[in-house]
Amino acid sequence: MEKSTFVYVTFIRTTPEKLWAAITETEVPREFFWATTLHGEIRAGAKWHSTAPDGTVVDGGEILELDPPKRLVLSWQHEMQEEKKAEGVSRMTYTLEPKDGMVKLTVLHEMDRGQSKFIEAVSNGWPVILSSLKTMLETGEALEDTRTW
Amino acid sequence: MQLNGCIMTAMDAVFRALADASRRKLLDALHAENGQTLSELCAHLAMTRQAVTKHLVLLEEANLVAVVWRGREKLHFLNPVPLHEIYERWIAKYERDRLQALSDLKQGLEDNNQHN
Repeated sequence: MEKSTFVYVTFIRTTPEKLWAAITETEVPREFFWATTLHGEIRAGAKWHSTAPDGTVVDGGEILELDPPKRLVLSWQHEMQEEKKAEGVSRMTYTLEPKDGMVKLTVLHEMDRGQSKFIEAVSNGWPVILSSLKTMLETGEALEDTRTW
Repeated sequence: MQLNGCIMTAMDAVFRALADASRRKLLDALHAENGQTLSELCAHLAMTRQAVTKHLVLLEEANLVAVVWRGREKLHFLNPVPLHEIYERWIAKYERDRLQALSDLKQGLEDNNQHN
């Protein structure tokens, strides 16, 4: 089957536990993620969604796999733009591996269709989000770019 | 101090990896089509399989290339995160529009030249 896949890797000077806490924190605007808020319970099978500061639902899905602080797999569907929503559900995997006193964070985002517009759009977002997450965990402050919607 | 030392080392690896035309070509190939196997990469480049393998290792160490296994296939992906960190470090927010305008101007002029 044709796939659209993007992979991003960043090394963050932190612990897997702190990184896990940052990516699973709910009900607070995330400074590294354009001030969006994650909602839902963090357990396998639970539904999640994220909202913009004005309450608009941005993305949503289900927690498919959960192995703290090592692996988190989410189904992920865009909710704001019809064209991207119509492409259906994508799959997002966070993998956290300790390496040389740092954590190697791999983000794998894939969809079972070629030339996905949604995957192309997130491929521009992930490098910014991950750079900002790294800066936030290492210095205490996220990049200015991602602190507001 | 230790922290700075390590950050420098990671960035050194990125610049070292980029300081080679063959490795930049490999990144171009992945930019054109992401997620290629070693054989696919070799097919488009005038390099031996050994040379490509060696360059890919350096690109992986610099975190410019990420690897994903799909079954028995090893797929290579361009990882733009270190490049974004360089961009964030030296290109301030207010400079972006001017740089984009300059880049558009250059491209426009060069396209015009080709047509004449």
